[in-house]
Amino acid sequence: MAYTVVGKSVNKVDAIAKVTGKAKYTDDFHERDMLVGKILHSPHAHAIIKSIDVSLARALPGVEAVLTYKDLPRINYATSLPGYVDDGTETECEAECESDRIKFSTAGHPYSLDPGHRDVEDRHILTKKARFVGDDIAAVVATDELIAEKALQLIKVEYEVLEALTSTDAALKEGAPLIHEEHEGNILASGGFAIGDVEEAFKESDYVFEGEYETSIVQHCHMENQTSYAYIDSDGRIVIVTSTQIPQIVRRVVAQSLGLPWGRVRVIKPFVGGGFGNKQDVCIEPLNAAMTIAVGGRPVKIELSREESMVDTRTRHAFKFKIKTGINQDGKLIGIHISAVSNTGAYASHGHSIAGSAGGKFRYLYPTKALKYDPITVYTNLPVAGAMRGYGCPQIFYAFESHLEDIAKRLNMDPIEIRRKNLVEVGYVDPVSKNKITSCGIRECIDKGKALIKWDEKKASYKEQRGNKLRGLGMACFSYASGTYPVALELAGARIVLNQDGSVQLQIGATDTGQGSDTVFGQMVAEVLGLPMEMVHVISTQDTDISPFDTGCYASRQTYVSGMAVEKAALEVKGKILEFAARMTDIPVDKLELVEQRIIYKHSGESVLTLEQVAMQSYYDRVHAKPITSDSSNNARINAIPFGVTFTEVEVDIKTGKIEVLEIYNVHDSGTIVNPLMAEGQVHGGVSMGIGYALSEQLTFDAVTGKAQNNNLLDYKLPTIMDTPDIGVAFVETYEPTGPFGVKSLGEPPTITPAPAIRNAVLDATGVAFNRLPMNPQRVFEGFKKVGLI
Amino acid sequence: MFKRIAFSVNGKAFNIEVDIRESLLELLRNHLGYTGAKKGCGVGECGACSVLIDGVPTDSCIYLAVWADGKEITTIEGVASKSGELSAVQKAYVEEGAVQCGFCTPGLVLTTTALAESGKEFTREELKRELSGHLCRCTGYQSILKAAEKSLEGHICTCVDSPHYKGK
Repeated sequence: MAYTVVGKSVNKVDAIAKVTGKAKYTDDFHERDMLVGKILHSPHAHAIIKSIDVSLARALPGVEAVLTYKDLPRINYATSLPGYVDDGTETECEAECESDRIKFSTAGHPYSLDPGHRDVEDRHILTKKARFVGDDIAAVVATDELIAEKALQLIKVEYEVLEALTSTDAALKEGAPLIHEEHEGNILASGGFAIGDVEEAFKESDYVFEGEYETSIVQHCHMENQTSYAYIDSDGRIVIVTSTQIPQIVRRVVAQSLGLPWGRVRVIKPFVGGGFGNKQDVCIEPLNAAMTIAVGGRPVKIELSREESMVDTRTRHAFKFKIKTGINQDGKLIGIHISAVSNTGAYASHGHSIAGSAGGKFRYLYPTKALKYDPITVYTNLPVAGAMRGYGCPQIFYAFESHLEDIAKRLNMDPIEIRRKNLVEVGYVDPVSKNKITSCGIRECIDKGKALIKWDEKKASYKEQRGNKLRGLGMACFSYASGTYPVALELAGARIVLNQDGSVQLQIGATDTGQGSDTVFGQMVAEVLGLPMEMVHVISTQDTDISPFDTGCYASRQTYVSGMAVEKAALEVKGKILEFAARMTDIPVDKLELVEQRIIYKHSGESVLTLEQVAMQSYYDRVHAKPITSDSSNNARINAIPFGVTFTEVEVDIKTGKIEVLEIYNVHDSGTIVNPLMAEGQVHGGVSMGIGYALSEQLTFDAVTGKAQNNNLLDYKLPTIMDTPDIGVAFVETYEPTGPFGVKSLGEPPTITPAPAIRNAVLDATGVAFNRLPMNPQRVFEGFKKVGLI
Repeated sequence: MFKRIAFSVNGKAFNIEVDIRESLLELLRNHLGYTGAKKGCGVGECGACSVLIDGVPTDSCIYLAVWADGKEITTIEGVASKSGELSAVQKAYVEEGAVQCGFCTPGLVLTTTALAESGKEFTREELKRELSGHLCRCTGYQSILKAAEKSLEGHICTCVDSPHYKGK
């Protein structure tokens, strides 16, 4: 389909603000007399607080408040706002009762009216029981950072130290201490799905293969750490300015965590320095709100350090997979059984949803007669895992695409052919979600990737390699989703106002955290209204008091789901413009069209009015004035499945265990590409994150104490520009009929398949299968030693 | 304890007392309002706080404010012209799609500016090495490298044997 603005690489609407230093992030705003909030983190992975003495800290000059679990609101506490002042005295109940303090969930999911579908509420703002090294024990509000730090040191805590369960194996062991009393066996949740009878399918299969695969704990490492500040305004409402992907959910969770009516909280999101899922969680805002309450509503800032951000916010769930697959001689998959153990760390956060999402999104790629998915999500005494780009899919596709490669090798089949034999086709209806595949370019993606990397030529030339540096090729495919339907609500809002000069403001509830959604929405409005981009003013700040309702930035949902709301709002404005023009001219509305800021006769193209003339009349006509606006909301009860593939060529240094990615191409079917330059940028960043996942990144912990060993940007091996190869990007532009302008999601998918493709390339080069991530030099070296290559 | 220092930021002269414990980043952000310099780690790992000190890219988070005495500081706010026209480096970052969340951008633009103004010639690998003090999680560095290459093209060397020579 031919578009004018959609499909063009227009400049990012906020790029100039960002290259000139004008873009304001949360920490760039200053309130007079802003106080500083700091958190006392547990030094123990698993311990009960026997006593906590804050008297010395409270007595330190410059300390305005000290909070422990005892100071936090009890259930039904709401009426005491805003007059709550922490005077340091304790009632008998305050001293002991943790059980009647409010428990809440931090997960950035839409609220559910069905209590059975809500996130697990398993945490307090400050805890009496430490469940990981870093758990929030107490907090200080002081006039400056140094006093706050000093006060933290003056808090005396006596702990009863319990056994630290630093792995899922330890947590699942019989007789292991319980991390949460309510969760027997330390199992947060279990349960997946079953299609067909997998045992029967194995009986029918020519071969049955088994494999085990394991992924690591990694971290988002957005460049801007979590930061927020909060105060109580003159109406007694708590205002929180925060670096978040989900302002509406922050509002709700803060209110829930403090027992307040939701309308008493206002959340403002300025520019955000990256999130990648970590800011789809409500990590610091409830405590920030409690802090401002404790100091009579004065502004208090919490700015996490990098070291805090890396362990005290969220991480990516590590998974262990066992896969059993039945397959026929011809390569046709008959039955697949995937068991998974997901490590959620100390609290539920997104909980079992990550494991659920992994299976749910995998299900589309290779439809088989029988597919059984049995995940369990386990608590451990490690930092809390939550949402991270790909939401379970980098894990499951690493496992399955590695497994399928192993099967191809055993059957002596071409790895591309084995996939082709099993890939989904348009028209397929997923038996669990009932989603229908309405566009699918995965086969074309494979063709393109194969040609780009010169697969056949290189395969032939690498047949007889010798020496210590070996080259190999690998590939891996994925399927994903565009939003969360039918698992959760997919509501989005957009509002447009036509200005006097014919330009428009666009307000959306969807949040841009750097990925470029504001620009894409601006392009959509420009397309519908026939405006140049400079006539579309996108409001990039979200404010829960002002912005339309949208659940936020996650699940690769915004271009698709929020795009529907934007298109709807733009079409409504267009309709109103033409109706107004019709009234002004007495020409029937169906004879008119809006192009290039003019109202024209449809049949001849002759100009009737300028858009500006209509706009001016809509404001100032003494009889008919009615400014042209729209305020749309869209409940997307549909989902579109994007696909893609990674092709890569690696060189493996047998002597050092170092893997070098020589070439890597990601080819995506994301439907229509709204902005090619920005879309490529999404792929670059996602692939880079995927390469880090494959080769270098891993948060490591002391197995006994559970203490993180590398929670900083020096020891945690985030790829630098020196480590990142040239990343090739290509698109197969299908047209997705359910999406606005034919789009499907793109943001998260690029992270999914670099790791399995690299793993498969290493297997191709060396014959050694690495079934554990990351494939860092130490692990690779040990692997080669084990098989006698060294 | 405080110490009086004299320095300039983007050509504007300051003569003020600073807390001797404070970093240049804290001075710039918290007292002078130059919030374009970002804090990503506070310990010199990420490069988001980079400013130019007498033209040299420096992590301002691990540079004491008192050391700025007598120095000329350039922050991201001083890169565009007074009338608001973007520099060639800024334009390259915008046009090449090198900006996503924008948190690493000020530091990278400043380092690239210093490279462009150095008059030196860089191979691609050398350029990568020069930029490697800046971490970015959004872009995979692809468009940043392109923007840096574009910034340096025809800008640093007009000698005939240079790859950047355009027949000037």
